[in-house]
Amino acid sequence: MTTTDPDEPMTTEAPPPVAPSEAPSPQKAGPRALAWQRRRRSAARFWQRYRTHRAGVFGLAALALFALIALTAPLTVGSDVQSVTNAPGRPMESPSAEFPLGTDQFGRSLLGLLVWGARVSLLVGLLAAVLSVAIGALIGITAGHFRGWYATVMMRITDWFLVMPTLVLAIALATVMSRSLGTIILAIGVTTWPTTARLVRAQTLGVESRPYIERARALGGGHWHVMSRHVLPNVMPLVLAQTTLIISSAILAEATLAFLGLGDPTVVSWGGLLQDAREAGAVSAGKWWYLVPPGIAIAVVALAFTLCGRAVESVLNPKLGVTR
Amino acid sequence: MTAEATPPLVGKTDGPAPAGPSVRGPRARTTDGYPRYVAGKLGGAAVSLLAVLVTSFFLFRLIPGDPVKFMTGGRQVSAEQLAAYRREFGLDLPMWEQFTDYCGKALTGDLGTSYQFRAPVIDKITESLPNTLLLTGTSFVIYTALGIFLGTRAAWRNGRIGDRLNTGLALTLYSIPSFWLGLLLIIVFAVGIGPIPGLFPTGGMESGDEQGFAYVLDVAHHLVLPVVTLVAVEYGQTLLVTRSALLDEMGSDYLTTARAKGLRDDLVRRRHAVPNALLPTMTLIFINLGRTVAGVILVETVFSWPGLGGLFYQALSVPDLPLVQGLFFVFAAAVIVMNTLADLIYPLLDPRVGR
Repeated sequence: MTTTDPDEPMTTEAPPPVAPSEAPSPQKAGPRALAWQRRRRSAARFWQRYRTHRAGVFGLAALALFALIALTAPLTVGSDVQSVTNAPGRPMESPSAEFPLGTDQFGRSLLGLLVWGARVSLLVGLLAAVLSVAIGALIGITAGHFRGWYATVMMRITDWFLVMPTLVLAIALATVMSRSLGTIILAIGVTTWPTTARLVRAQTLGVESRPYIERARALGGGHWHVMSRHVLPNVMPLVLAQTTLIISSAILAEATLAFLGLGDPTVVSWGGLLQDAREAGAVSAGKWWYLVPPGIAIAVVALAFTLCGRAVESVLNPKLGVTR
Repeated sequence: MTAEATPPLVGKTDGPAPAGPSVRGPRARTTDGYPRYVAGKLGGAAVSLLAVLVTSFFLFRLIPGDPVKFMTGGRQVSAEQLAAYRREFGLDLPMWEQFTDYCGKALTGDLGTSYQFRAPVIDKITESLPNTLLLTGTSFVIYTALGIFLGTRAAWRNGRIGDRLNTGLALTLYSIPSFWLGLLLIIVFAVGIGPIPGLFPTGGMESGDEQGFAYVLDVAHHLVLPVVTLVAVEYGQTLLVTRSALLDEMGSDYLTTARAKGLRDDLVRRRHAVPNALLPTMTLIFINLGRTVAGVILVETVFSWPGLGGLFYQALSVPDLPLVQGLFFVFAAAVIVMNTLADLIYPLLDPRVGR
C-alpha cells in the first residue's frame, strides 16, 4: 500500500532540539522558541504547496462553508426546527417560497432540518474519525516501537479487522448497543482503525531505523520519550491526512447506519432524513425533492473531506500522485 | 463452508505451480516454498474464521436486556411461555454451555433458529444465497472490467482532461451513499417523474408468473437498476487502484525498451504495462470486497432484492439475533475466503512474491 518515504522533507520537522550542547542563542532564542519557529516555517511551506492543489482548496472551502452553516444553525434556524408538535407547515408540502425545500411528513421545514442535520453528521464524522485515528495511531506506534510478541499479536488483530467487512461489524455493534450518537461513534471508530494502524506502523518502523533515534536512546531516552518526542511528530502529518480521509467515510457510515434505522431516533441527521423519507413513502410517491437535498449534502461533505485528504497526502508525499 | 471449499483448492493450485517453466531461478524457489505458503495462508484463514465465530457468539450476547423480550415483541406473555421460549432457543443454559453448543452446531452447519421466521437460519441463508450471488456476481464482473478499463485509460493519459474527468467522476460517485443513488434511480426510472415513464420495476426479483425464457428476461429486467447502482458506487475504487498501479509502472525501463523496439503505443500498454499493473490491482480488488458486501446489503434493502442483504435488513429491524448472527458470520466468512483465494493465486501470477 502507501509506503511513505521517511526521508520526505515535510515529515522531518523533528527532532526537537533536546539539549543543545552549548546554547547558541543569537537573539535569545531558546530551544523551544527555535522549534516553534521551525514548525511555523514548515506549516507555511505546507500551506504554500497545498494551495497549488485546486481540488484540495475547493474541498477546504466547501468544508468551511458547511462548518459555518452547522455552527450558526441555532441562530439561523433555531433548535425548535425539529419539534414535531408545533410544525409550521402541512405534511409533505412541495417546495414553495415559504418552505424552499418543502416539508416532511410532520410539516417541518426540510431546509431547517437539513441545516440542523449538518451538526449531527459533522459531529459524528469528526468524533468517529478522531477515535478511529487515535486507536490506529496508538496501535501503529506501539507495534512499530515494541517489537516481539506484542507487535505480532497487535498486527494479527489489525489484519483480522482489516479483512472484516467494516460496515457489517459496525451494524452488528450498533444493533447490540442502545440507540444513541455515542453508539454510532463507537461503532464507526472501533471498526475503521486498521488501515491507520498499518500506515502508522510502517512509518514508525522507518523513523525508528534512523540514526537520531539511536542517539536519543544512547543519551538515555526511554520508550515514552522516543515515541512521544521523535516518532509522534514524524507520523503526525500522515495521521492528519488519514483523519481527513476517514471523516469522509465516517460521515457515509453514519448516514448508512441511520438509514438502516440504527441511528439515534431523537436527533435529526442526514441519513435519518433519508430514512424518514423512505418510511413516509416519498419514493413510491415520486417526491424526489424530499430525497435529493440530504443525499447531495452527504455526498458534497464526503467528497470535500476526500479531496482535502488527497491534497494533504500528495503534499506530504509528492511521489504518490494519487493515493491507493 | 470452508472445509468443503479448501481441499479442491489445494489440489487446483498445486497443479499448475510445478508446470510453470520459463524462468528457472526465482520460479523454482517459489514452487518449493509454495505448499508451505499455502499451508500458512490456510491456517491463517482458519484462525480468522474461528475468531469470527467466537466474535459473532459473544458480540450478540452483549445485548442489554432479554432476547426473549425481543421475540415476543412486547406482548403480554406468561412466565411459563417465556421459560418455554428460553428452553426452545437454549437460552436457559449457562453461557459456556451455550458457546460450546453453538460452536459444535456451527461446525455441522446449524446456525440456530430464526426468531421471526421460526425456521433454521441456515435454510433462510441458502434460500437467499443464489439471488445475492446473481446480483453480486453480475455487478462484480461489470465494475471490475469497467474500473480496469477506465483506470488504464486515465493513467495512460495522466493529467489530461480525460483523466481528470474520469478520476473526478469516480471520486464523486465514490462519495455518494449507495442507498441514496438507488432511491433516486427508483424514482426516476421505476416510478417515473415528468415525461419519463417507469421503465423498470421498483423492486423485487421477479413479477411472478413467467416461465422459461420469459422468466430469465423478467429477472434480467429486475436486475438492471440494482446492478447499475452497485456498479456506479463500486467502480471508482477499482479505477483509482488501477490508475495508481499503472502510474507506478509507467516510468519503468522495460516500457522504454518496448517503445524503442518500435511497438505501437497501445500494444505497449496492453501487452507490457497493464499485465504488470494488474497484479497489485487484483489483491486490492479482493481486499475491497468488504466494501462491496456493505454495498450489497444497502442495494438489496433499497430494491427489496430477496438476497442475503435484504434478509439482513429484515433481521435487523426485529432484531432477530440468530439470523443477524448467522448472516454476520456468512458475510465475514465470504470476505475471508475471497481474500485467502487472492493470497493463494497471487504468487502463481507474480513470481516475485511469496517466497
